[in-house]
Amino acid sequence: MNLLLTVLTLSLLGVLLAVILYFVAQKFKVEEDPRIDEVEKMLPGANCGGCGFAGCRAMSEALVKNDNIDALYCPVAGGDVMKSIAGYLGKSAADKAPMVATMLCGGTCQKRPKINHYDGALSCAVVNTFYIGETGCAFGCIGYGDCVQACKFGAMALNPETGLVEIDPDKCTACGACVKTCPKGLIELRKKWPKNRAIYVACRSKNRGSVVMKVCKAGCIGCGKCAKACPFGAITIDSYLAYINPDKCKLCRKCVNECPTGAINIKNMERLPKEPAAPKAEAPAVAKSETAK
Amino acid sequence: MRTFPIGGIHPHDNKEWSKDKAIEVLELPDEAKLPMVQHIGSPATPIVQKGDKVLTGQVIGQSTGFVSANIHSPISGTVTNVDMFPNGQGQRRMMVVIKREGDEWLETIDRTPDHKRECTLEPKEIIAKIKDAGIVGLGGAQFPTHVKLTIPDGQKAEVVVINGVECEPYLTSDYRTMLERAEMVLTGTEIVMRAVGVKRAVIGVENNKPDAIKHLREVIARDGYHGIEVMPLKMRYPQGGEKQLIAAVTGREVPPPPALPISVGAVVCNVSTCVAIYEAVQKNKPLIERVVTVTGKHLNSTHNYLARFGTPASRFFELAGIPEGDVKLLNGGPMMGRSVVDITAPLIKGCSGLTVITGAEAARGKELSCIKCAKCVSVCPMGLEPYLLSKLAKMQKWDMAEEHNTVDCIECGCCSYTCPSNLPLLDYIRIGKQTVSTIVRARAAANNKK
Repeated sequence: MNLLLTVLTLSLLGVLLAVILYFVAQKFKVEEDPRIDEVEKMLPGANCGGCGFAGCRAMSEALVKNDNIDALYCPVAGGDVMKSIAGYLGKSAADKAPMVATMLCGGTCQKRPKINHYDGALSCAVVNTFYIGETGCAFGCIGYGDCVQACKFGAMALNPETGLVEIDPDKCTACGACVKTCPKGLIELRKKWPKNRAIYVACRSKNRGSVVMKVCKAGCIGCGKCAKACPFGAITIDSYLAYINPDKCKLCRKCVNECPTGAINIKNMERLPKEPAAPKAEAPAVAKSETAK
Repeated sequence: MRTFPIGGIHPHDNKEWSKDKAIEVLELPDEAKLPMVQHIGSPATPIVQKGDKVLTGQVIGQSTGFVSANIHSPISGTVTNVDMFPNGQGQRRMMVVIKREGDEWLETIDRTPDHKRECTLEPKEIIAKIKDAGIVGLGGAQFPTHVKLTIPDGQKAEVVVINGVECEPYLTSDYRTMLERAEMVLTGTEIVMRAVGVKRAVIGVENNKPDAIKHLREVIARDGYHGIEVMPLKMRYPQGGEKQLIAAVTGREVPPPPALPISVGAVVCNVSTCVAIYEAVQKNKPLIERVVTVTGKHLNSTHNYLARFGTPASRFFELAGIPEGDVKLLNGGPMMGRSVVDITAPLIKGCSGLTVITGAEAARGKELSCIKCAKCVSVCPMGLEPYLLSKLAKMQKWDMAEEHNTVDCIECGCCSYTCPSNLPLLDYIRIGKQTVSTIVRARAAANNKK
């Protein structure tokens, strides 16, 4: 008898609460665009914050609400997914070339020797509050891997041999977390070429050439030879530092052999063969950079 | 005996290495590099060019704005360069390089050795003279003194507190100044009292310096310095912190920033700053030299030098004789000093000592896990929670760090010193403090625009 009473009471209570809940749900129903859910499913769901929003949900809300979505871009998903989202929403997406994070310092342990010993907290941000770092260069990679910690995609790793951070372009989604983290501002999002080809000046030192030469054998000294050699006007020199504009660069590689310090790095490409017609004065410079490697 | 109410530590003071060394006048440097930033605030602008002849005491860097300070030539000679050179931390800063030729001074400077006590100038004139002389806080903070002595409208100074605490281990420059230049310190104090319009001044000295306390009291009684009192304080680090000193001497607590010591009626000056004020006001001599301690357990000799600014750090280390092997060179003492990585860097206004430490003393211990012992909380003189602030900075939770008052941190390093797990607490708190201050300033600027 007791058992029956318990079952009856609980069932009645359940039915009653269900009815109340039904009416409450009707009354306080939140109207939400069903497209937000759909767009969220299309996004990669990494919640990395690379788009500038708190997560993929916030991004999809913004995509649905804003009429003009040119400024919104998910670097992880890339242009194709953005286009399909725009197609689904009946909007137009801006064309954006895929990007890849690039570390602009070539000062390896061999080329940029350490001049002091640091034993504090192992964090680039901490080192940066104290002084310029263990080498003589105030602009180079500190090498304690704050960016490696910041990368949510496992695309970065510290190479103990060179003491520098290396980026795997296949894993990099160009979310920009490392760019924000680096206290020296060494990481740049650059255009991603097919087959992960790349060409860039691996130096950010704004010091005069004589100062750079004293502290690092791989630094840009701002001599301007590369800018003269570039047929497309892609290279500019500012504060003793060359910069290759990836939008203008056509990967012709003419600048690489000109560089006396080997500061211009190329990835997944062969160097141009030494031109026989090149003036003799340049030949030893090239040979020097090769032996230094 | 009085001291500040909360926190603090008791490191070995290590003053015995240099405290009996009388102040020696260091020979003039052959070349002086003068950074244009030797103070808190906007950098000075170099007003000399390559090839210009300058005299000792001539202005070479003009202050830009109210919170800024003039830079004067410490030697006479020719300007050989105006360019970026590395400072002690290796960062490149704008510096004026002067090559010495002879020793010619500006004619307005009174170089007679006799003591001049009489001061009949108006407060405004005194402050103007201090501003022209480029005087900044010589205790280490390098805050422009004329800003400190300019009392904001609606506030009133009640007491002048003179900082003769020198709580930092190893350093003895203030101690030697109090012993050998007591008259200058006391006249400087009188001038500060006159400038801010108060009748009472207290010189706080820690009880590990009984000679200084005795000597100052004797001079006060002998020469009749009315209204100046010497207060012995119980030895405890960081008593030399402005807020800690005010709490120890007056028993009043300075509210959190942006409130200044003047909000509790106190004006604080270091003893070396008092000497500089005396020389500027009575002798028209700008700030071109200071007493600097060169010390360390393993040095061949320790010294207290009266040296001109711009003298390279390497000169001091040469004279003291650095031991072989790896050493840690500090600009300042072991608690708050900063490591020097470039010994060509010049002596600047805020450097009260160069300390050399070696071996195990210089190395940090192995970092272990936090055991939640709360020692850092009990030693924090500002009543903060260092373990939490450091963690919040590590996790980049700036809003929570702000809630927990990370900007109140005075960077004294008690937390890192006391941590049994050797955690680099202050290193992370410093990042948190800098970031949160930037955020707060940006917010204030945005609100002002509205």
